[in-house]
Amino acid sequence: MEAAEQVSVPRDMGGGASRRLRERLIEAALALAAGSSVFVLLGIFGVLLVNGVQAFGTGDGVSLANLSADERAMLSEAELAELGRHTEHAPSVGADFLFSSHWNPTSSVTAAYGVLGMVVSTLIVTLLAIAIAAPVGVGVAAWLAYVAPPRAREILKPILEMLAAIPSVVVGFIGIVFVGPLIARVFGLGNGLNALNGAVLLAVMALPTIISISEDAIRAVPKDYVQASLALGADRWQTLVRVVLPAGASGILAAVMLGMGRAIGETMTVLMATGNAVAMPGSIFDSVRTLTATIAIELGEVPQGSRHYHLLFAVGLVLFVMTFVVNLVSDMVLRRGAPRPS
Amino acid sequence: MKIESRGLDFFYGTAQALHGVTLGVKTREIFALIGPSGCGKSTFLRCINRMNDTLDGTSVRGMLTLDDADIYAPNVDVVKLRRRVGMVFQKPNPFPKSIFDNVAYGLRLGMKLPRTELEGRVERALRGAALWDEAKDRLSASAMMLSGGQQQRLCIARAIAVEPEVLLMDEPTSALDPIATARLEELMQSLRAAYTIVIVTHNLQQAARVSDTTAFFLHGRVVEVAPTDTLFTRPRVKETEEYITGRFG
Ligand SMILES: Nc1ncnc2c1ncn2[C@@H]1O[C@H](COP(=O)(O)OP(=O)(O)O)[C@@H](O)[C@H]1O
Ligand SMILES: [Mg+2]
Repeated sequence: MEAAEQVSVPRDMGGGASRRLRERLIEAALALAAGSSVFVLLGIFGVLLVNGVQAFGTGDGVSLANLSADERAMLSEAELAELGRHTEHAPSVGADFLFSSHWNPTSSVTAAYGVLGMVVSTLIVTLLAIAIAAPVGVGVAAWLAYVAPPRAREILKPILEMLAAIPSVVVGFIGIVFVGPLIARVFGLGNGLNALNGAVLLAVMALPTIISISEDAIRAVPKDYVQASLALGADRWQTLVRVVLPAGASGILAAVMLGMGRAIGETMTVLMATGNAVAMPGSIFDSVRTLTATIAIELGEVPQGSRHYHLLFAVGLVLFVMTFVVNLVSDMVLRRGAPRPS
Repeated sequence: MKIESRGLDFFYGTAQALHGVTLGVKTREIFALIGPSGCGKSTFLRCINRMNDTLDGTSVRGMLTLDDADIYAPNVDVVKLRRRVGMVFQKPNPFPKSIFDNVAYGLRLGMKLPRTELEGRVERALRGAALWDEAKDRLSASAMMLSGGQQQRLCIARAIAVEPEVLLMDEPTSALDPIATARLEELMQSLRAAYTIVIVTHNLQQAARVSDTTAFFLHGRVVEVAPTDTLFTRPRVKETEEYITGRFG
């Protein structure tokens, strides 16, 4: 081995050393870039974890005993009294956090810290949004890539992509004044600000991403497959469903994942459109509040370092784990579904 | 005549690619189309199963019949036509599915066959395409795992699974190595017993080896049609002689 390497050295004539140095530097820079993203991810996880776990057990969180003199001086008499009472009555936080749907972290008398209702709400809104956005988005993409005359595509695609530029507050506003009342009228409900309303709006926000990326995926399916299918006596519809969509499945799935990833981040829309009720939803017509909405609403008002403050980090941790699991599962599905290379 | 073409013109938009093509293909013969690139061989082949219909702005004039029935008559069901006239392409193009699902593809389109019947037909098609021995232990493996020659035989199995009468082959060996090519030529000889085969080939030796009749195309016109040995030994037309002796093309 060593001999062989030494023999190869003289063949790097002139500039060999500096080229190797440059390659080393480039490699190091790339490793740094890749490493830093991992560090950021671990860092975020660490912050969530360190702050989140402090919510559990009894006696930690903010109490008069563990405030410094400076901190105590900054609080008013009323706040000090409230803090004292709060700590006294706060029950311990344990398994209830995951298995109870009772959330009332600010109450001094009946404080409760269960996030199950929000977890279920988040799942309902998200899954419902996927159930709406995936078929519609893939359908439109298939039509654009496969059926529409080139002119229609040239006009429609930029318009669809402009949908992505609408701020989430505006979408939430449309949900309050238009989509919500429409849902209430159609289903005969008193209140249209519910899980379905949030899901519809999220679906609309996910559509541009889903359509654009899955159209590319469908377009990238080799024309050879289409020709082979047609020559076997399949019609265009059979060819689309049996050959083109399966061949583009990994790209289409990635499109749906990305679209939903974007939509889930649109906390503002969900917060405005879903009616903001912290309880276990009984159906898609109930008002709900998602994990993201809870953090957004409550984090601004919470005393830093209090148990409630740490609880919101724990809520963030739950969200992080849920997102992680979804990514992991979809990655596994993609890996299994992809045709093995030739 | 199984296939008969009389005065067939073909247009891509306004560009005329075929000029009055007249020839006849007999039942269960191997009919070869030769000629330089761009002379219209593929275009003619794709008229027979109406694959050119899938392109915008194409039009046909003249007469093309299958068993004396006009292929371009308004009442013709293109799906039925393509089940009677199978096609194998230049580049092997199996679907990114399992070997079994590739062969079963055409069988599953129109009808719902019982599983045992489907398996029987898939086996018969794979045997017919001389691929059964290599594939029988990995029918559920992806077709993409096969070699180029095996993929092309899989495409033949896929085409014959629906039991067509005619097989169209557009330069089926041009992407294959010599050994895979020899196997495919052998396979064509065994297929001749059951199918009428029209093959486009760039390889004159191949046309001479496998075909019964050869047509020489030039600039969208048929220059000469004759029994293969006659065409290669005593061509009547000067252009044919120049082409087969390698003076142009
Ligand atoms: N899809 C198409 N659109 C327009 N012109 C085409 C198309 N396909 C082939 N042609 C033209 O038709 C002529 C015949 O082509 P083709 O039948 O493919 O020739 P060959 O198979 O003999 O090489 C060529 O001039 C080619 O450029
Ligand atoms: Mg050709």
